[in-house]
Amino acid sequence: MADIALSSPGTITAPRRHFAIPAGLRCATPVIIFLLLGFVAPLVTVAAYAFATPRSFAVFRSFTLENFVTIFNPANSVWLSFAWSIFFASLTVLLLALVAYPIAYGLVRVFGKWSGLISVLFVFPLFVSENVRLYGWVLFFIKNGVLDGTLKLAGLVGGPDILFTPGIILFGMVYVYLPFMLFPMTLGLAMVPRDLVDAASDLGAGRMMIWREIELPLAMPGILIGMLLTFVLAAGAVAEAKVLGGQAIIMITHDIEIAFTYSQNWPLGSALAVLLMIIVSGLSLFVMSKLDLDRILGKR
Amino acid sequence: MKLAVVQPETPDAVEHEAPLPVLQLVGVRKTFGDFAAVEHIDLDIHEGEFLTIVGPSGSGKTTLLRMLAGMEAPSEGNITFRGELINDLPANRRPTCLVFQSLALFPHRTVGENIEFPLKVKKIAPAERKARALELLNMVRLPENYYGKNVMKCSGGEKQRVALARAFAYDPAILLFDEPLSALDYKLKKAMEKELKDLHRETGKTFIYITHSLEEAMVMSDRIGVLRAGRLVQVGTPEDIYNRPADRFVSEFVGEVNVIEAVRSTAGGWTAAEGGAPIELRLPPELSEANRVTVVVRPEFMRFLEKPDAADNALNGAIYNEYSLGSRIQYQVRVGDRTMLVELSRAHGWKGRFDRPVLVGWDAKDAIVVPA
Repeated sequence: MADIALSSPGTITAPRRHFAIPAGLRCATPVIIFLLLGFVAPLVTVAAYAFATPRSFAVFRSFTLENFVTIFNPANSVWLSFAWSIFFASLTVLLLALVAYPIAYGLVRVFGKWSGLISVLFVFPLFVSENVRLYGWVLFFIKNGVLDGTLKLAGLVGGPDILFTPGIILFGMVYVYLPFMLFPMTLGLAMVPRDLVDAASDLGAGRMMIWREIELPLAMPGILIGMLLTFVLAAGAVAEAKVLGGQAIIMITHDIEIAFTYSQNWPLGSALAVLLMIIVSGLSLFVMSKLDLDRILGKR
Repeated sequence: MKLAVVQPETPDAVEHEAPLPVLQLVGVRKTFGDFAAVEHIDLDIHEGEFLTIVGPSGSGKTTLLRMLAGMEAPSEGNITFRGELINDLPANRRPTCLVFQSLALFPHRTVGENIEFPLKVKKIAPAERKARALELLNMVRLPENYYGKNVMKCSGGEKQRVALARAFAYDPAILLFDEPLSALDYKLKKAMEKELKDLHRETGKTFIYITHSLEEAMVMSDRIGVLRAGRLVQVGTPEDIYNRPADRFVSEFVGEVNVIEAVRSTAGGWTAAEGGAPIELRLPPELSEANRVTVVVRPEFMRFLEKPDAADNALNGAIYNEYSLGSRIQYQVRVGDRTMLVELSRAHGWKGRFDRPVLVGWDAKDAIVVPA
């Protein structure tokens, strides 16, 4: 800019500026390139594969709807996997909201100086790979494992036989995704000013009324972000059902994995993945649109 | 709405009839760990009065107010409301309502919903709630079409009024104010102070206000309590506080003053502790035995003298600077190594030459003598 200004008398500089790339765009270029290569390109490839000839690698060279015909064929039970995935993801989000709210409330209002330490304890498991942690739970619950073995050693009847059941899958999902619900929720609750709670109480409101009228609506942005995050993650979960559930239930993500690996049917796997993306993002957007965030945030 | 409630002319009138105080504090103390925020407060608050508690930051005034509101329980002592002990009564069951410094308006609710909140708590029907809210909007001089307005889009003064209307909607016997005007600009603040006093007159409710500004307290209050380090140093009418401050702290709190420490000389008269100039003063009876006192002279009682015998006390000095205070001019005069302030009305002021030697003086009757 400086030398343009210096050479300006006589020279026509104004039109040249029209073609100059703005500083913001120039700074964003590395990120844009990275996103194009790392995010958009794979997504486009997957979308293209979804329309390729089944059991082939003829991506970008064929166009057919055969993969979707296979999926929507009622004789095929793949819809069950979709249903399980959505059902488990929804249940996980619901349970997480119930489990995380008291903890988040404690972190913001009750634990005081211990909040930092307790937060770290909740983050700690994230340092260990999810698969390793899940296999840890398998060893804990397995027949003659940590729980069962210890109880038997103590002369008791032994642990419950809950491994490889839908219940343990749900437990695993709640366990793995807890931090992703807890921290947005904590932030949301921390956004509720103490004065407002005091004022509501001073104006005669009881505990329930304060919670319903003040705390919950003002913490809602954080709670919603937590729910959205965990729903998307849980709908894409595969390890919990495979490791803890021992394939008692086949999730859609597991079906996709099988299509890409054992059956070497990339086009079918891609079609399933595209469908899952549409369903999950559609559901999320629908729920978000139903909740008037602006009203909740008071920006109406 | 109750209007035109008969007000006692002076607090003395109330004392004659000796009715039950609306709120009574006996030996109230509040500690946080080892720190005592409020130390042994005894205070009777009369029905319908406007009482202001003034104190610098950290004097414990907010803690005191929170105890009255029921957000803190006293560590020791008793708080009674019309003779009934309310120490442990929670905020939501007390007949008090606090207007917060932050105003604490609910940002996700409209102006109307904010005002209606206490009515909603009482499960009053929506139609009746709205009628009452509109009435309150009128009372705090806000247009009725503000009912549906986003409260966060209101200006500072408007938010102030919404917070007031919400407090009145709760219909408390006592309204508590935690410096709600501190965020407003000077002009609006002055207007709101007067409006608040008008509202006090119109509603006849008991107002307890806390502030760090004695000037603000003077404008509005029937009585003022001065709080220092958790203790009430003096409680009295604005006139008492101004003319008969209990000690140096209170006198300095009222405004800029000249403070001279005086000691009894061997000859029986008084001299300045620093410099040894003779000081003529009138000892109040309670200090007749004292050997050391503090003499407080307000700048407006100081004047420039032609001759040393034109006033009871005269000191030699030189003008260091002058400040315009609007209707008055303040002169800073160096007397020895100390500074004295002299205020003259603009009409009587004169353009001084800096470093010009002057004689400053005051009469003994205009000086306030307080314990050293």
